[in-house]
Amino acid sequence: MLELIKQPWHWSVSGLLIGLTVPLLLILGNKSFGISANLRHICAACFPANIPFFKYDWKKEVWNLFYALGIIIGGFVAAHFLHDPAQVQVAPTLAADLAAKGITDYSELVPSQLFNWDNLLTIKGLFFFVIGGFLVGFGTRYAGGCTSGHAISGLANLQWPSLVATICFMVGGFISANLIVPFLLNL
Amino acid sequence: MSGTVNKEKKQRIKTSPEYKNSDFEVRTLDTHCVNASEKEVPLWYNLKYMVAGILFGIILVKAEVISWFRIQEMFRLESFHMYGVIGTAVVVGAISIFLIKKVNIKTVHGEVIDFQDKKFNKGQIYGGLIFGLGWAITGACPGPLFAQLGTGATVVAITILSAIAGTWVYGKLRDRLPG
Repeated sequence: MLELIKQPWHWSVSGLLIGLTVPLLLILGNKSFGISANLRHICAACFPANIPFFKYDWKKEVWNLFYALGIIIGGFVAAHFLHDPAQVQVAPTLAADLAAKGITDYSELVPSQLFNWDNLLTIKGLFFFVIGGFLVGFGTRYAGGCTSGHAISGLANLQWPSLVATICFMVGGFISANLIVPFLLNL
Repeated sequence: MSGTVNKEKKQRIKTSPEYKNSDFEVRTLDTHCVNASEKEVPLWYNLKYMVAGILFGIILVKAEVISWFRIQEMFRLESFHMYGVIGTAVVVGAISIFLIKKVNIKTVHGEVIDFQDKKFNKGQIYGGLIFGLGWAITGACPGPLFAQLGTGATVVAITILSAIAGTWVYGKLRDRLPG
């Protein structure tokens, strides 16, 4: 059984479990599944700077920070107790393109040749960590949610603004993965 | 029944101090902030959300949703995996919400479960595009960023701090942005 759990899960099992997060949080306490709001709560708690957008009672939303902390712990548990020693399988066309950019290590889900501390103070690191992260934080709040809030809970509740947001996430992602990321990998 | 409760709840919000200082007004612009339970609960009650988060973190890793490679494959149309995951999650979520509304399921504390409609604004377009650009670069949306950190990709802490900075700058510039 444990061996089965250690292997990468099929998309249908994964999707089922992620989908069940929506009713789980609603039934646990009328909480709407959405993770990017935590970034706002952290701003409100740590650096409100008298900005109206951060002047609210973040303590009422503390459940979500517990949830995010849980995700970090869950990542640790999965990596240490449910680790799959096999190489990460990726599409051959992607592997070929990445090999040309010097990415050949498939031992981790996050490519260690790119996401390491040595890269932090390089131009590559500036884009992949600092600017990439900034775009995620700025964009999700501007859009009012991320993949969990819009693409999953929003669409599941048949909210058409969430469909607009999700389509825009995808359009931005297509442009970025096909035109910008190949360029950034050359830096 | 649920209508009356909702009306009472709205009335309470209107008369609460938050309403006057426009806190609630600000919060309604972000629908993830208005679902807060009205009940005062001790801090340790939130541990159940931590347990739910642990499960979610494990799922994100084993589903390979935290994989930078999977995100590239999705946007390069090289694999069905992520479309299958998100599509299935939406369908399961939609059926669950339908049942919650239909059967009038309550929370474990006996509270009515309510849903807020999302209002359209142009931020969903501009912000959505900006987030999409970042998503493909970092290979992670906010949930997976936390999970990646947990798996030991410690440099992702810098990505998370940058995302917090991005959110802060959005808050700062909010009034001057189109939307």
